[in-house]
Amino acid sequence: MDKVRTASEITGDVIRSYLSKGKRLDGRKPEDYRELIIEKDISKKAEGSVRVKLGKTEVLVGVKMGTSEPYPDSPKKGNLMVTAELLPLSSPRFENGPPKFPAIELGRVTDRGLRESGFLDFEKLCIKEGEKVWTVFVDIYSINDDGNLLDAANLGAIAAMRIAKMPRYDEENDKILYDELTNEGLPLNKHAPVSVTIHKVGDNFLVDPTREEEDMSDTRVTFGIMDGIISSAQKGEKSPISVEKFKEVFEMAEKIAKNLETKLEKALK
Amino acid sequence: MIQENERKVAVPGEILAEGEDYLPGEWTEKREGKIYSLKYGLVEESGKLVKIIPLSGTYTPRRGNVIIGKVENITFNGWVIDIGAADNAFLSLMEVPRYVNKDALEEVMGIGDMVIAKIWSINKRGIDLSLKSRGLGVIDEGVVFEINPNKVPRVIGKEGSMIKLIKDETGCNITVGQNGAILINGDSIENELLAKKAIIHISDKSYIKGLTEEMENFFKENKREQSLKEEKN
Amino acid sequence: MVEFKRSDGRKLDEMREIEARVNIIPNADGSAMYRSGDTIAIAAVYGPKKMHPQHQQNPAKGVLRCTYNMMSFSVSDRIKPGINRRSTEISKITEWALEPVVMLDDFPGQVVDVFIHIIQADAGTRCAGINAASMALAHAGVPMKDLVNSISVGKLDKTLVIDLTKEEEDFEEGEGPTDIPISMTKEGQVTHFQLDGKIGANQLKEVMDMAKKACDKVYGIQKEALKNSLK
Repeated sequence: MDKVRTASEITGDVIRSYLSKGKRLDGRKPEDYRELIIEKDISKKAEGSVRVKLGKTEVLVGVKMGTSEPYPDSPKKGNLMVTAELLPLSSPRFENGPPKFPAIELGRVTDRGLRESGFLDFEKLCIKEGEKVWTVFVDIYSINDDGNLLDAANLGAIAAMRIAKMPRYDEENDKILYDELTNEGLPLNKHAPVSVTIHKVGDNFLVDPTREEEDMSDTRVTFGIMDGIISSAQKGEKSPISVEKFKEVFEMAEKIAKNLETKLEKALK
Repeated sequence: MIQENERKVAVPGEILAEGEDYLPGEWTEKREGKIYSLKYGLVEESGKLVKIIPLSGTYTPRRGNVIIGKVENITFNGWVIDIGAADNAFLSLMEVPRYVNKDALEEVMGIGDMVIAKIWSINKRGIDLSLKSRGLGVIDEGVVFEINPNKVPRVIGKEGSMIKLIKDETGCNITVGQNGAILINGDSIENELLAKKAIIHISDKSYIKGLTEEMENFFKENKREQSLKEEKN
Repeated sequence: MVEFKRSDGRKLDEMREIEARVNIIPNADGSAMYRSGDTIAIAAVYGPKKMHPQHQQNPAKGVLRCTYNMMSFSVSDRIKPGINRRSTEISKITEWALEPVVMLDDFPGQVVDVFIHIIQADAGTRCAGINAASMALAHAGVPMKDLVNSISVGKLDKTLVIDLTKEEEDFEEGEGPTDIPISMTKEGQVTHFQLDGKIGANQLKEVMDMAKKACDKVYGIQKEALKNSLK
């Protein structure tokens, strides 16, 4: 079947009714994330790469370094480019072809979370002012979609950037020596700009939905939070959220981000 | 009497038996006196008949199958139902046991609703479903999920023994669709989820011998965990 | 005659270390991973299912559709995500390598989609992809007459070797490198053959024998991975 096999109405009823009692089908509480497993260096050819598993959801993220001229309006700053691919490999719902909106949104939301937070010190990526700067390429690939690719992708991007090592740059010949990695990492903030996506299912909120729960989500808000400061947010899908509920959402996000950052640090050990 | 012989796993192209008097059963082929497997699955020999019981593969609809499907679309005279096969199935309003007004199809079943139906005909035009039998109809409540259709025989068990075990242990009503979709109705969500967990466990371990014993242990373990949890609280 | 020394110390007919696993992508109908040395490929199979777009449907028999691609960070010089000419060609080669064993008559009007991605590349990527795809197809329960096994045979100057690394592909001495990826069934039916370099017809006969021996080993590994998937 090429049809998008969304969860049925009856499953939605079960999920919503259970949620109204503060429970989820897999035993989690609404504010719990699934088990987070991070495998490092899944590609020796990447400057940094990880496999992130959030429950059954899996993404691969790799960091590659390149050099180029800086943008004219920021001659001292390096660049960041985040690309996401929702591979048909990972779900019967994705098709081959140029990235459609969900993949584009995934890339852009992740980019915003990394960029706006100040996680990456762009000025330290400058090689020669006005002439040469580093570009950090972060490429995200979905491997299995069981919900919440948004947060999984972001966690993967943070992890890959954290473990990345700079290649040696041969200034004389203007060549990057990928085979010679230095011991130097990327210029990063010690805190992580975790992304917390809060979903509204029926009258309740939850995070880290499984595929079934995500199908029943009416709307979602993704926050990029680093060290208690919210530096990016995006509300997606169509249902509105009242102002009062939105205030609840902000509180939830802040609390959950702290826990998620702890979870991330643990998984990276 | 078909004996459950050793659960040997075969891969495509593997030689299962050699000799002129062996007969090629389902998912096997005879070439130059050798029986070859055509699928990844369990080898079953009954006498000289060698066949493969697939461990995977999509659902092949058969006449008489009771299935659980989801309403994908409503036409002027019926419902288009996704049963997990390559083609959608069709339920005509004439095949519903009570009178349905042509303008009121939506009231009986809407898009996204799940229904238990029987395949009464498969022809060039497609797969035709009927609700004119006991136990069939729209699903109002319960937990619905899917397993691989090839695992259904193990979930049901010899003469229904396995499904009866689950029903007894969880107190739930369970409908198993031949297409791998399963409906569980119990007195509590906890029991419904336990039954679901049990069925998924059977599906994962479908290839082992002594599956009944495995499941009896599964329920014993679960009871133990439950009482430990209650003690903690 | 001095024995030719390979840069990683392997014997001439020695393959790199192989790792094969099945059932790595829960959503897929079938999936597998195949690693040869530092080359890692994953494959997922979806189907048989209804073929779309409808005009590509074949009412007489099923369609096998393969897509091969490399991840941007699988190589030193980043590959821009998306398809390119090379991946398009290898996708077709992969389809041709696998189709002869797939029983297409069993699913008319339907399609089986095979998606292959290379996570880390050190030569032999199309071979690793075909091996992963072969296991994934079987794992998905697609009816097949046999598995397909793929290996690259190389010629470094005048010496024939099995399973080239990238370093060996860039060999520069004497007659240079010749790279010959080959795929065949257990029964010895060749479904894929490509060649890049310089070689004489006589030596090519030896190449086929070397390939058959290596493919037999690959078959054993694929079979083992499928049988182990239940544990």
